[in-house]
Amino acid sequence: MLPPRNNPDLLSLLAKSPAIDQTGSIERVARIQTRSLKGAAKLQGLRMALSMIDLTTLEGKDTPGKVRQLCFKAQHLHDQTSDLPKVAAVCVYPSMVGIAKKALGDSGIKVASVSTAFPSGQAPFSVKKDDTLFALENGADEIDMVISRGRFLAGDYQFVFDEIAAIKELCTSARLKVIFETGELDSLDQVRKISDLAIAAGADFIKTSTGKIQPAATFPVVLTMLGAIKDHFDKTGQMIGMKPAGGISSAKLALQHLLLVKEVLGEAWLTNEWYRFGASSLANDLLLQYQKHLTGKYQSAAYFSID
Amino acid sequence: MSNTTWNLDPSLESTALVQIKPQYELFIDGKWQAPLSKTYFDSINPADETHLAKIAWANQADVDLAVRAARTAYTNVWSQLSGAERGKYLFRIARLMQEKARELAVLETLDGGKPIREARDVDVPLACNHFFYYAGWADKLLEAFPGQNPVALGVAGQITPWNFPLLMLAWKIAPALACGNTVVLKPAETTSLTALKFAEICQEAGLPPGVVNIVTGYGDTGAALVAHPDLDKIAFTGSTAVGKQIQKACIGTTKKLTLELGGKSANIILEDAPIDQAVEGVINAIFFNQGHVCCAGSRLFVQESIATQVLDKLKFRLQSIYVGNPLDKNTDIGAINSKKQLQTIERYIQLGLEEGAEIYQPTCELPSAGYYCKPTLFTDVAQSARIAQEEIFGPVLTIQTFRTIEEVVQKANNTPYGLAAGIWTDKGARIFGVSQQLQAGVVWANTYNKFDPASPFGGYKESGFGREGGLHGLRAYLKFPN
Repeated sequence: MLPPRNNPDLLSLLAKSPAIDQTGSIERVARIQTRSLKGAAKLQGLRMALSMIDLTTLEGKDTPGKVRQLCFKAQHLHDQTSDLPKVAAVCVYPSMVGIAKKALGDSGIKVASVSTAFPSGQAPFSVKKDDTLFALENGADEIDMVISRGRFLAGDYQFVFDEIAAIKELCTSARLKVIFETGELDSLDQVRKISDLAIAAGADFIKTSTGKIQPAATFPVVLTMLGAIKDHFDKTGQMIGMKPAGGISSAKLALQHLLLVKEVLGEAWLTNEWYRFGASSLANDLLLQYQKHLTGKYQSAAYFSID
Repeated sequence: MSNTTWNLDPSLESTALVQIKPQYELFIDGKWQAPLSKTYFDSINPADETHLAKIAWANQADVDLAVRAARTAYTNVWSQLSGAERGKYLFRIARLMQEKARELAVLETLDGGKPIREARDVDVPLACNHFFYYAGWADKLLEAFPGQNPVALGVAGQITPWNFPLLMLAWKIAPALACGNTVVLKPAETTSLTALKFAEICQEAGLPPGVVNIVTGYGDTGAALVAHPDLDKIAFTGSTAVGKQIQKACIGTTKKLTLELGGKSANIILEDAPIDQAVEGVINAIFFNQGHVCCAGSRLFVQESIATQVLDKLKFRLQSIYVGNPLDKNTDIGAINSKKQLQTIERYIQLGLEEGAEIYQPTCELPSAGYYCKPTLFTDVAQSARIAQEEIFGPVLTIQTFRTIEEVVQKANNTPYGLAAGIWTDKGARIFGVSQQLQAGVVWANTYNKFDPASPFGGYKESGFGREGGLHGLRAYLKFPN
């Protein structure tokens, strides 16, 4: 087999990706995890987290009915509680984009569509292109594409770069999130390298995982990606968004992720314009904790809808 | 860009668990004894300058009582016990310390000003682990030194510093007792409370009277202890200046001596280092415990090609460091231990400015009462500048750049101290290459300030001699007659 052909510019860009020390990353995260959130700060954090959710259903058995339910939930998280924020987006397969778009109407909630042969990405580019165009034509506001992990691991960086750049070109007004599926990448060094590559290729957001592979959005992985975003911002002044997805199912974890963002990137990223949680069950735990904060009592989980 | 601000609310650790007596006596021969000196001194909380307790100030006669109690206990009880029996007491002490971990942590924070996060996550667990570790050695000394017939020294006089009061007590008392010695310990005057709490734990553990004696007081109490003729061993952790006095006082005596003194440790970042983790390591190396750490990485050397980037990252990181009430669980840098130490640090910061170095401090607000100092970076520092040569013992980092490894090794070693060093690089071969050339008792690679009871610790040059911790730490409390 011929070695991968990479453009020298791309190689020199990737050569600048700094080494990432796993032990040090774990320690940095542990430090954040000992932070203690109380009072108004906790309430503010819970509200922020709710507003950053990409409420997600990505199953083979998804039906229009299920998607419409999810879209209702997105707009009415818990009407028994007043003054709750809405989630940022609903995230579905391309075939459900039209249904979601209609259900969400003018609520301001975005429709995100996974694409490029999600979740594996194992399809020819023509299929990936059609997949993306279909989602866009049905009104997707955001495209969550997967990278070709096999090509990346084989060192075929140019292929991965070109693929992202080509999809980006299709997304004229839609924002592009690039999913790395970090659970299939080997090390934090690789996570850093793909982050730098994706940002250079035009990603608006970088996203950890599909949710189909474990481990997904682990803290060291997220920290590494935030580091790439920070370095890019320091160099160019351009902000890139971050979306951890998969495994963030509790309010506690979500708040720790937000603290990580605050300390590593700064408060400018603490908005759903620049930060999202890809999650299906996180919302209910956030609501439960929010209620607890307001009333001092834990409500039964039965009072929150399972969608 | 949005204008979100998200400030953490105070999250204070409760002090309800801690009972501080209004007045503490001396702990001699298993009992609380009023000092013959009839004098007491005040202990205050450096975080808000409130009064905590009155503490007995031992004079020479008190020290003499304590040494005599220790000698009697050694001769009649402790030296008669088997190693396994001694080990049982040590295990019991370790478990009691663990049970009281929260109380000890809060007490350490109240008395010394260190963040509760550190007292809770570092000081107290490590102190417990030291007792567990040395408890395990108590009945294995023959196996530790096969064919060497290890024998206890007798009575040890031990003087501990104020930066890690309980942990340094553990480093001293645990190996001494495991090896069969009895001790008289003098804690630092600003941080006596956990040592006195430890005395209560010894009582609760049923430790035979006189095996551990605690005499509180200032430097004169320590001097009386060092000068006492009936001691077999002096162990001291503290400043190099006092260490030299102690060494002089021990000349011509049969006292065995170990000194763990000051440092001005170099932390070296090579250009291939994992930069974000190195920056975090630099923060931990110098700002851990307000920089009151003998092995603090107080001199940073950065390779020129990455110097700007590292400096920018350090400055950004400093903005998310919380300075303030040590009892707040989010506090990263607590109170400076004493007014005197704060004045020393402030003098050095002033000196740095006079020496022409460029200063950077974050825009954090400090509490109005208590002793606080902002984390401080100095760049454009000359190797000959006093702030780069002398131990400041505070949250002050000097930053120098270098071009070649040869140059940085020379600069790192160009100090009278030799306690610790750090090296940050992604290349394993460089770790070994550089660390072999560094004159330092400990060299950390891609990490800093890591401690474990099984790992020996101690210095080169004016940072002292003798080792504490690990198998090496036993040797300091044993003699080998044949």
